[in-house]
Amino acid sequence: MSADSTSTAPTDKVMSPDEAVANLRSGMTIGIGGWGSRRKPMSLVRAVLRSDITDLTVVTYGGPDVGLLCAAGRVRKLVYGFVTLDSIPLEPHFRAARQGATIPEVVEYDEGMLQWGLYAGSVRLPFLPTRAGLGSGVMDTNPDLKLVQSPYDDAEELLAVPAIRLDACFVHMNRSDARGNAQFLGPDIYFDDLWLNATEPGHRYLSCERVVPTSALLDEGTFHTLRINRSMVDGVIESPNGAHFTSCEPDYDRDESFQTEYATAARDPEQWQTFVDRYLSGSEADYQEAVRER
Amino acid sequence: MSAETSTSAPSSRRADVVAVACAEAFRGNGEIFGSGMGTMPMLGARLAKATFEPNLMVSDGVAFFVDGDLPIGSTDKTVEGWIPFRQVFDTLWGGRRHVMMGASQIDRFGNTNIANIGPHNQPKAQLLGVRGGPGNTINHAVSFWIPKHSTRVFAESVDMASGIGYDRAAKLSGWVKANHHLPRVVTNLAVLDFETPTNTMRVRSLHPGVSIDDVHQATSFELAVADDLSESRAPTDDEMVAIERLDPNELRYREVAD
Repeated sequence: MSADSTSTAPTDKVMSPDEAVANLRSGMTIGIGGWGSRRKPMSLVRAVLRSDITDLTVVTYGGPDVGLLCAAGRVRKLVYGFVTLDSIPLEPHFRAARQGATIPEVVEYDEGMLQWGLYAGSVRLPFLPTRAGLGSGVMDTNPDLKLVQSPYDDAEELLAVPAIRLDACFVHMNRSDARGNAQFLGPDIYFDDLWLNATEPGHRYLSCERVVPTSALLDEGTFHTLRINRSMVDGVIESPNGAHFTSCEPDYDRDESFQTEYATAARDPEQWQTFVDRYLSGSEADYQEAVRER
Repeated sequence: MSAETSTSAPSSRRADVVAVACAEAFRGNGEIFGSGMGTMPMLGARLAKATFEPNLMVSDGVAFFVDGDLPIGSTDKTVEGWIPFRQVFDTLWGGRRHVMMGASQIDRFGNTNIANIGPHNQPKAQLLGVRGGPGNTINHAVSFWIPKHSTRVFAESVDMASGIGYDRAAKLSGWVKANHHLPRVVTNLAVLDFETPTNTMRVRSLHPGVSIDDVHQATSFELAVADDLSESRAPTDDEMVAIERLDPNELRYREVAD
């Protein structure tokens, strides 16, 4: 960040994945953007694996981010609507963690409930009402969830989804300027703006494929793609191929063969150790090098 | 085209009958999002749109509504709209959707489970999680496709209700009771529904070559049987042409044996 107190330019927020994660502490509640095995901020997840932070509460529409953090034993509590690799429906590390009961606390929500919790957190409301979840196993397994009665004539009983507030979050975008004005160029922003808005200012980390000058933000997409502005972002991390092996359209598709290698290794402890040694024991640059050398 | 006046294609196989049964679930739906999860449901929705339900809207499974035919596995599409996940949620909460999806367990009231087998605190088998099941079943029509009709799937009770059935819905608000609807359960053996006074599961039609005993034996609970129990209909010639156009790689035959 700029130390020049006389500068009239907005703050330059560019940092490395490891610098971002160095600001985090054990026990934090961290939201992770993307969806399943799509546009996940994997370079930041890998930076967490290189750090010693643990006892995390992780909130996400889960994919391999959850798998990797569970396999490394960093998750104390998981809040999720699903965990999947999309083309491989069941995430093997997540399965093993659930079946071995190694995640101390799990909160399983309907996908829409999770959005509602994030939205409530984003707009600083204590809860938002919905019908999604009523009568389902979500109520059976989350006894702390409360109902609220409509104050109008219908007097309907609704589920009050509690606001989700995050200590930190990670999202991955296609482009950003150095200040955090960021752009998605793919088919879906998922809920990445909500993760940023539901997070306390200070630890909102946005990685991207490429940092570009502000004046170049409309070179590759229309203004409709500028859904994230710099008031929502504290750190910008330039991470080419940073969502690998998840998809980051249109920059790249999911690396299906690598995902298969990951999922195969994850089903066997010995093979997993080999995978960790080969891909996850060095820096982000080492990871990308190992991927290129496959 | 009319299913009633066309002749049946003689060459149809079990998977083709299933495709028609899946399509029939969407009959009369009009201009809503017909959403199919997996090969047969996707084929069903696209077949309905290509034949008797032309106003139905179908997606590419990514983020776009597609105009005209989109064969299974093809990405060569004409986009007619954008439907990223946030708009999917808005559409489903607005009730303008009918989804056909799978279930690892389903009970006689239509409670379904895609989340986990065994206790939630330590499942014997962790599956997908509840995903959108709770919100789907309380907001709009949800039908099911079960590729292997068995006592394991058609269970006495579900281990986790990711989708709510009629008994659970009956305990909720009048709004829920008015909007909760599980139109069909299509399996490799039969077509079932919940059109009984107690909203318990009923056999509606049997696929050719299947007996009612076959269905009872593959089900853990007592099934009602429709008074006018019929044979699931074969595709018409026109429908068969559409099926072949929409599933050129014949994935349906890999999913449903004869």
